[in-house]
Parts: sequence; C-alpha cells; structure tokens
Amino acid sequence: MSSAQQKMFHEGKVAPLDINNVDTDQIIPKQFLTSVSREGFGEALFFDWRYLDDEKPNPDFVLNEDRYQGATVLLTRENFGCGSSREHAPWALQQYGFNVIIASSFADIFFNNCINNQMLPIRLTEAQIESLFQQATGSDPVDVTVDLQGQKLTMADVTVEFDIDSSIKQRLLSGQDFIGVSEAYIEQIVAFEQSEGRDKAWR
Amino acid sequence: MAKTLYQKIWEAHHITQINEQTALLYIDRHLVHEVTSPQAFAGLRDKNRIVRRADKTFATMDHNVSTKSRTMAAASPVAQKQLNALSTNCEEFGVTLFDLNHPNQGVVHVMGPELGITLPGHTIVCGDSHTSTHGAFGALAFGIGTSEVEHVLATQTLQQKMSKTLRIEINGEVHSQITSKDIALAIIGVTGTAGGTGYVAEFCGTAIRALSMEARMTLCNMSIELGAKAGIIAPDEKTFEYIKGREFAPKGDDFAAAKQHWQTFFSDDDAEFDLTVKLDAADIKPQVTWGTSPEQVLSIDDAVPDPEQEPNLIKADAIRKAIAYMGLSVGQKITDIKVDTVFIGSCTNSRIEDLRSAAAQIGGRKITEGMRALVVPGSVRVREQAIEEGLDIIFKDAGFEWREPGCSMCLAMNDDRLAPKERCASTSNRNFEGRQGKESRTHLVSPAMAALAAIHGHFFDIRKEH
Ligand code: SF4
Repeated sequence: MSSAQQKMFHEGKVAPLDINNVDTDQIIPKQFLTSVSREGFGEALFFDWRYLDDEKPNPDFVLNEDRYQGATVLLTRENFGCGSSREHAPWALQQYGFNVIIASSFADIFFNNCINNQMLPIRLTEAQIESLFQQATGSDPVDVTVDLQGQKLTMADVTVEFDIDSSIKQRLLSGQDFIGVSEAYIEQIVAFEQSEGRDKAWR
Repeated sequence: MAKTLYQKIWEAHHITQINEQTALLYIDRHLVHEVTSPQAFAGLRDKNRIVRRADKTFATMDHNVSTKSRTMAAASPVAQKQLNALSTNCEEFGVTLFDLNHPNQGVVHVMGPELGITLPGHTIVCGDSHTSTHGAFGALAFGIGTSEVEHVLATQTLQQKMSKTLRIEINGEVHSQITSKDIALAIIGVTGTAGGTGYVAEFCGTAIRALSMEARMTLCNMSIELGAKAGIIAPDEKTFEYIKGREFAPKGDDFAAAKQHWQTFFSDDDAEFDLTVKLDAADIKPQVTWGTSPEQVLSIDDAVPDPEQEPNLIKADAIRKAIAYMGLSVGQKITDIKVDTVFIGSCTNSRIEDLRSAAAQIGGRKITEGMRALVVPGSVRVREQAIEEGLDIIFKDAGFEWREPGCSMCLAMNDDRLAPKERCASTSNRNFEGRQGKESRTHLVSPAMAALAAIHGHFFDIRKEH
C-alpha cells in the first residue's frame, strides 16, 4: 500500500482507556519535557499510571495487560487531551504505537496537535463510545478497521460512521506539509502586511 | 451586520481562505519559551527556513529555571541544555530573548502584558495553553503546539477554523474579598472543564468591567480550564491606561492612533453568540478546588461531595477516584482540610496585585509551624516592584520563602515540587494528578486564600477574617 492508502485505511488492535478528562500531564508528565528532540517519548507515555515507584510496569494499568499489547487504536471517553498544549502528548502516543484515537470529545489544542502529526482523532457520540467499550473490554482483544475515506469504522459487530471536517480529512489524506501550503500564499501575506500597516511597531 | 469582538479580530487578520473551513490568519505576536520551541527551531533549520518576522517574536526563559538563584548552574543539567538551546536558537534566528540576566525576564504571560507587547485587537500565540491570559486586553490569544510554533515562526500565519462564540456575562457586585480567581473557578464549576470546548469565550457584564487589568488577566488565563480556545474582554479606558508608557507600547502620536484603532474592538450590542452563560456576582463565594480537575470546585463553606449522590455514573466514578487520590473523605468540610505547602505564583496569580493581596492577609502573623510557603513573583519587574513596596519583608517575616521569577511549582519542572501525598494550597491553574509532583495534592485558590491557609494551617473563610 502507498502511504496515502495506509492513511485512508487503518486496521489494528484497540486498547480501552475508560477515563474522562485525560489531561496531557497524564499522557506525558513534565519531567520528560526537557528533551530538545521529537523522539523518545513512547516509553514515557502515561508514565505515572504505567509504572510503579520502582519503574516496573504497574500490572493494574490497562495498557500493561497482555491482551492489549501492540494496540494501535486508543478508545477513551470525554475531553481527551485537556490541559497543557504540549505536543509531546501526541508524540508520545504515536511513538508508543497509537495512530487513531477514538473519544466522545477532544480538547481543541490536542486535536490540532494530532492532525499536525498525521494522527486521526475520531469523535463519536457518548452512546457510540459506550457500545465500542462493550466490544473492546471483553476477554479477547478486538481489532478495528478505520476507513477515513469512507468515514466509518468497524469493531467486531459494530459499524459506525463518523464526522470529520472535509479540510482535515484532506490534510490527513494528502499528508501535505502545512508550512509549505501556507508559504504558497506568500504574496497575499506580504500584501496583507503592507495594506494593514503591519510594519508599524504597534500593529 | 452586528459582529462579536471575536469576529472583528478574526476579520482584521484574515489573509485568505485556504478552503471552505480553513482561513489563513495573520499573527501579530509570537511568544516563545524554552520547553515547546526547540523542536520548532530544529524544524526550521532542517528545511532551511528563517524566522519570517523576528520583530514580532519575543522569547523568555521561565518553565525550567531555578527560582532559588539566577545562575544557569542552579538549573538541572537537562534544563540547562534546553535553556542553552533557546539562547542559541534566538541568536541564530535573530529573536529577542529575555534570558536569566535580563531585567525583562519573567513567566511568558506576565512578561508580554507588562512590557506592552500584548495589545488590543492583536492575535497572539505561544506554545503554552495559558496564552489565553492576553485576551484580557481584547486580543485573540491562544495556545498552540510545537508544529504550529514552527508554522508561525516560518510564516507569521496560522491555518485556522472559526470557533463558536460563548458569552459569559457576570453582573452585579462581588463581595469585597472575592477575587477574579474565585470568579474564574465559579464559572468552571458551572461550565465544567469541557463546557467551552470549540468556543471562544467573551467575558462581559458589570462585574467584569469593574475588574482591574491584572484581575482580568487572571480570569482570561483560566478560560483554557473551561476548555475554551481563548477568553477575551473588550478593551476600555483601563486597558489603554495600563498599556500607556510600557516599553514596547506605541508612544506619542502612535499611541493616539493606536488607541483609536483599539476602540473599534468590542461586540456590537445585538451581536449573536452561539451560547450564553450568566452568573450573578453576588452569589460567588471564595472558591477552593477539592479534586483533580478544576471543575471539582466548591465554595469555602461546602464539604467534599458524596459520589453516591451523583446520578452520572462516570462523574460519580471520577469523584470516587479524586477523593481517594486527594486523601479526603466524603462530607469533610473544606475548612477542615489541612495543608502542608502554600504556593503563591504562576502566570495566573503572580502579578503585583496578587502579591499585595496575599501580603495584606498576613497582618504581622507567622505561617503555621512546619508549613512550607513559597512566593514566586511572575517576573523580575514584579519582584522589584514588590521589594520597593516592602512586600518581600512582610512575606519573609511571616516565614515565606521569597524566590526568583519562574513557573516554579505551577508545573514543577524545576526542583520546586511536592512530595508524594503532600497537600498544597496553590494559586496556579491546574490541580491535575501529578501536576505539582508525583502523587501531589493540589487545591486551587486565590492568593489571599492561599496566604490565609499558610497562616491558619487549613483553608479559612476569608469573609470571617474581616
Ligand atoms: S506558570 Fe504554569 S501555566 Fe503559566 S506558563 Fe508557566 S507552567 Fe504554564
């Protein structure tokens, strides 16, 4: 498959994280923000939940369960990614292996950060999320297939359609460099600066 | 057609439409700090890009710095690496940097307004969610991720989708001891932490007009905690007076021209909002968060809630978890909660008025024995002003530690942090699990309530103090 096709279609194991309001401090605690690179955050994902004081895996944390190893889709609840704007949060999720996150709502900055990293955040209704949790929390792990082009996902017996802004969908499918897209408007930007007097220090 | 303040700022920065939903918006001010910028500068370098408008970009060191000493050596080795990277990046790309030796250094959201970098009608961004603070000046100000930091550095623009509009109207008069921190927490208690998601919130009403500029900054700072993209307050004479004479603010004829321009930024009387929330100022009591989310907030005369009384099962579970994490019991009175540490600081509450209000509670008394209490001014300028007013002496005599400016225990990236299970009355903005250190227990309050907790050893109703 080409990379664009891979983005159109994702298939992978689901890990359920049954918590509301998961904030970016939980996703990646501050002690890992001292890095000056974009790499190496996967190990630190959900650090305080995932590890015990002696840094051994916490057996009570869902991502440490055998059946969810290798998961690439995270299923969670309301207001995921609230709090700090740190892009280290989506970096950590992605480097751990998650490419798709399904929730009933996302915090705005986190949502944008996911898109900027070619990750797919999917918003569903609370009732849909509930039915997916029922599928995903049985004794055996389940796979989900996500069809971005067709805007639907299937998990075991459940198929749901999802909404996504056409512009965001396009961004994900094309894999464009956003800076490059904006730079293509350089003439308009310069004209705007001149007409609006942006060269004055106070503008 | 009648327009909201947000729509007016949006239109004044709209360069072009990229597609039906996405506009290219011009950014007037970009504030930069050491933690969320290194990967952005590295990205520029990789692609041979420059900082397009270094004259609109200002950097400071705050998140990672030691508050015990001004020297670089006082920061941890990894922090030093990040601070040095910011110096190198700013030098290479020609960005103004207020480093540890600079008289303008401070927490990024304290620094911008006090230097007159933040102006009405502006679009202002920073790789930090509390950028919403600058909305107090009638600017559209919001936090961005590192990829967007790189985008703004390279283009001075952002690709944006228009948000919905939320009007938060607060009329009437607050009790004399109620601060804008209490107002902010009371609002979040009503909306929840996701109530503002997808919206830009405008605060208005007589109680908002009555607030000082610094109090407005505290309120707008907390608007991200209700999930709003930004919080804004229309500028007025107070705003213009505050800006006048500041280092980077327009001067002389420029100021007059600027003021005329700024006065066009307000919501028209009949402008329509997607949602309106109204609160009566007189109903707002001193607020204390009891749980691990800012929406888990109560008035000082309340008690820890009972999860069995919460009909929503997920919320009930969150209450149960928060009670366990915070080491509290159902029905425990807020005023019976004892605190170990008091932190007065952060971009929410570390300005001169905050320090004055905390100092005013002390009245010659000492902090409770065994208590640790920190005052961390928001900037070098705030610190110097406080010293000039003798506030440092008041704090030190009472037993507070008087520190150097930085983010400090707001996010505990430096060595100012809580031990596991340590309980803190904090003037910062987030009481998340682990925010102030692993297993730390944070209660958010106003500076005055924090100072009173230091003196009494537990939360105390400020209305009974006077
Ligand atoms: S004081 Fe806290 S909230 Fe403010 S900029 Fe620093 S870390 Fe962020």
